[in-house]
Amino acid sequence: MLKYVGKRLLMMIPVLLGVTFIIFSMLYITPGDPARLVLGDSASPEAVEQYREEQGLNDPFLVQYGRYMKNLILHGDLGTSYSTKKPVIDLIKDCFPATVKLAFCSMLFALVLGIPIGIISAIKQYSIFDMCSMAFALLGISMPVFWLGLLLTLLFSVKLGWLPSSGFNTPLHLILPAVSLGAQSVAVITRMTRSSMLEVINMDYIKTARAKGLHEKTVIIRHALGNALIPIITSAGLQFGTLLGGAVLTESIFSIPGIGRLMVDSIKMRDFPTVQGGVLIIALAFSIVNLLVDLLYAFVDPRIKAQYK
Amino acid sequence: MDNEKKNLLEIRDLTVEYHTNGGVVHAVNGLNLEVAPKETLGFVGETGAGKTTTALSILNLLPHPQGKVISGSIKYNGEEILNKSNKDMTRIRGEKISMIFQDPMTSLNPVMTVGDQIAEGIRLHDHLSKADAHKKALEMLKTVGIRPERASDYPHQFSGGMKQRVVIAIALACNPELLIADEPTTALDVTIQAQMLELMKGLKDQYDTSMIMITHDLGIVAEICDKVAIMYAGNVVEYGDKVDIFTPEKPHHPYTVGLFDSIPDIYHEQEELKIIKGLTPDPTDLPSGCTFHPRCPYACEECSKQMPKHLEVEPGHTISCHRFDDTKEVK
Repeated sequence: MLKYVGKRLLMMIPVLLGVTFIIFSMLYITPGDPARLVLGDSASPEAVEQYREEQGLNDPFLVQYGRYMKNLILHGDLGTSYSTKKPVIDLIKDCFPATVKLAFCSMLFALVLGIPIGIISAIKQYSIFDMCSMAFALLGISMPVFWLGLLLTLLFSVKLGWLPSSGFNTPLHLILPAVSLGAQSVAVITRMTRSSMLEVINMDYIKTARAKGLHEKTVIIRHALGNALIPIITSAGLQFGTLLGGAVLTESIFSIPGIGRLMVDSIKMRDFPTVQGGVLIIALAFSIVNLLVDLLYAFVDPRIKAQYK
Repeated sequence: MDNEKKNLLEIRDLTVEYHTNGGVVHAVNGLNLEVAPKETLGFVGETGAGKTTTALSILNLLPHPQGKVISGSIKYNGEEILNKSNKDMTRIRGEKISMIFQDPMTSLNPVMTVGDQIAEGIRLHDHLSKADAHKKALEMLKTVGIRPERASDYPHQFSGGMKQRVVIAIALACNPELLIADEPTTALDVTIQAQMLELMKGLKDQYDTSMIMITHDLGIVAEICDKVAIMYAGNVVEYGDKVDIFTPEKPHHPYTVGLFDSIPDIYHEQEELKIIKGLTPDPTDLPSGCTFHPRCPYACEECSKQMPKHLEVEPGHTISCHRFDDTKEVK
């Protein structure tokens, strides 16, 4: 098992190298001169040229990439933001916790709601409960986050005054953003749980469990859910990874200083080092979540565990 | 009635239907059957004859909501099973009546150790602590011929025959009075089949269990059954002692004759295997009268109009065929 984890961690290195290369090349060919943006329209061409020389922006692509990678690998340095002049790593450190917190709350909300609804829908297939929950799931997947966020704010903050509409100071502040961001995940997880349970529920070993005289609750939770978990974990992992990438719209609506907003602001400012650093961190987070999901498989299914040796 | 008390299981006029998108499937049609204590009943018929459906009805485990018992009664120890609540049924399933399913490959939960799967039922029915239940599970494994150390292994680490042993251990763990074995050897190869039959026979005698052996293998019936019920299109067409059924000179239902004729004869050269002409009827659209009449070489006009009654051609040997209406002699 440890060997497997080590192998997977090593495999992350080429992935992350690839990510840096792709994002570096994409930003390199992006139109717009960062020097001009930093110095403003009033700066003289000489000043701009001098800035470009200083920052090494006139060097060939591979030299620039090599310098970036050297700093990253040797010093863990993601560069300095063009716009704020602060180290990129500090900017990310400021933003990432908020995003993680939000992603975590949304995921919790999605799991707590999605799995039980999915199970009941599967047991009572084609019942009114099933129809309603599937209709809501469709709604949840189709409804844009910003629209739901605005509606929720309108109801709970403006009309009822129960919850704050923006900011990020107390747990109460997290409720509305987590719910509007998590709505889609609830829908995805509900549907995944339902279809996975439906598949398992007709298996022979469920009949065996029932023939043993087990109570229906035990049959469903211990025997059916235990076997239906893999697809649920997979989709939950993907959802969580996506949420960690920052939820630009949710973060904007609820004024949360997260990584999504940092990225959008940096892209607008042509703040290349910040964008590169942000993408790298998001890719890293995504890879780690993927690894954790794969490890979780082993705990859920002994057949997969046997392969990890 | 004295006779009723004697029987462990008594099924009367059982009719089961499946409601599907393709129409109503008439799986079991007015079936009568009884099993006495310590008796082994062979339940023989082609695929789709309704054998498994009958078995699932006994445990009240028909697929929900498609499968439905339309009428009839199933009495276990004189108590009606069909109107018992699901909660009451949990005290019968596994404890009084156990079932072994057809395919050992898929009958075990892949994410639970076999020890836990055996102990689970024991804990529930024998009200033992976790440790004691586990201890008994190890004993059960030993009884079916598996080293107890393997209790902490998962089903994927076992071969097909070993899995079926585990399934048998689960079924017998709580010492049930009736064991329903639904083609327990169909998915196994021939040598393992023989081992499994030996094992089941031995355990059945050891635990004094009654058994319903569902099969389409007449060899298995000859091996371990006392009584035989021949089933066709959801009904028992012939029922009797093993000796009655297996003696060709005695009167038989034409379907039984066809079944025995279709066994290849190894002593004489045969150009072609004998078959019963035609196919099992579509259960959504059963023929009128006797369901066997379109394939029956002796069919007459009456057969297509009226369902034959069960006639006792000799004590304990009943046949449902119009040929035996007037005279007990075979034409």
